[in-house]
Amino acid sequence: MAQHQAHTSHTGLIWKVFGFLSIITIVEVILGILKPAALHLSSFLGTSPLNWIFLILTLVKAYGITWYFMHMKEEKASLRRAVVWTAVFLICYLATLLLIEGSYLNDVLSSTVQWKF
Amino acid sequence: MEATTATTIEGTTWKGGNDKPLGASYGKMMMWFFILSDALTFSGFLAAYGLTRFKFIDTWPIADKVFTHIPFIHGNFPMIYVAFMTFVLIFSSVTMVLAVDAGHQMKKNKVAWYMLATIIGGIIFVGSQAWEWKTFIKGSYGAVQMNDGKILQFVDATGHQVTLESFAKAGHHERAQHQAKNGVWFVKEAALPAVTVSDVLAGFKANPALRVQTEKIDAAAKEKEILSREESLKYLAHSKAIVKGANLEVNEYGKTLFADYFFFITGFHGFHVFSGIVFNIIIFFNVIIGTYEKRGSYEMVEKVGLYWHFVDLVWVFVFTFFYLV
Repeated sequence: MAQHQAHTSHTGLIWKVFGFLSIITIVEVILGILKPAALHLSSFLGTSPLNWIFLILTLVKAYGITWYFMHMKEEKASLRRAVVWTAVFLICYLATLLLIEGSYLNDVLSSTVQWKF
Repeated sequence: MEATTATTIEGTTWKGGNDKPLGASYGKMMMWFFILSDALTFSGFLAAYGLTRFKFIDTWPIADKVFTHIPFIHGNFPMIYVAFMTFVLIFSSVTMVLAVDAGHQMKKNKVAWYMLATIIGGIIFVGSQAWEWKTFIKGSYGAVQMNDGKILQFVDATGHQVTLESFAKAGHHERAQHQAKNGVWFVKEAALPAVTVSDVLAGFKANPALRVQTEKIDAAAKEKEILSREESLKYLAHSKAIVKGANLEVNEYGKTLFADYFFFITGFHGFHVFSGIVFNIIIFFNVIIGTYEKRGSYEMVEKVGLYWHFVDLVWVFVFTFFYLV
């Protein structure tokens, strides 16, 4: 089919994305092993800055995989939004509710655990 | 208009409809929506893990004290092996996308070789996961469980954990494993641990350098609390059982729920990888016998590719939430 012959090779881009994802993973692992005290033991918006870095790097990796490996970039905006917006909205909603609930359970229950023997 | 004839399936629906509202064939669109629903399933699991972790935020096991092993070499290497697994999966994603790319150019041999590389990467990953499970089930240092279920670990003067066997004093054992030949009223019993609670207590009392480490996390240092010598003995007076390794009922690293979630979530992900390998093998043989060459399109490779990348995507999140954060 004509449209398939028209496809150009993306191998250069694929290897670039692989390099990018690898660098992010290496940075994550190094930070995870070293756990620099300034990032690990301080607090920023409810958790440590280190956790925020991990979270953001994870989302960047997810973007790289979805957009370039799964070719979401080349899909029509309608398909892209139907999938991505739905997932992002529902996951944020679920995670927010469950994490709030988890903190509440901790507030209520942790004082009932005995640590004096 | 290309499809005004009556060949509806091939001409319109299967190819995405006359107007192509989503610009994708039926199969590819449905693969995307399957992935969306599967992503929500995994989010449900990970969010439940988050809830439980927040509930026990002051006693949750610290992951890089749990997963510290690599094959063939002894020592303490947090994260190294799981980072290797991540690389294997990302690299198999690369070979998959290269197979899709070769498919766009109708290069049959290249597609086949890249598919094969992807399959091998997947098998290495699943094998690594099996090894990770085995290591976790076997355990590293052993611990003592208290009457109320809390886990007590043992550290030396430098604060490093020590194995139970390294200090336990073997006493006179009355207790023998119950076996079928010993009675009609046979109840199956697991092999008895190599050391008993009384051995551990005797060894602990004889070795003044040892301390007990509890599950409790010191909020300032984000490390597990180490008790003083007197406190340690008070805690140990409430010992119930020896714990070695982790399973669905007990976990030497701390909360049993940590082990439960670990087995469930990585197991569910591992099952996805396994089914991905099966799909890839089927498609690999289809490529070899020339099915897609005859069909004039390698879109099936693209569809299993989507699934395979999704498995990689999930692993990125499992890696973050189980091992990093």
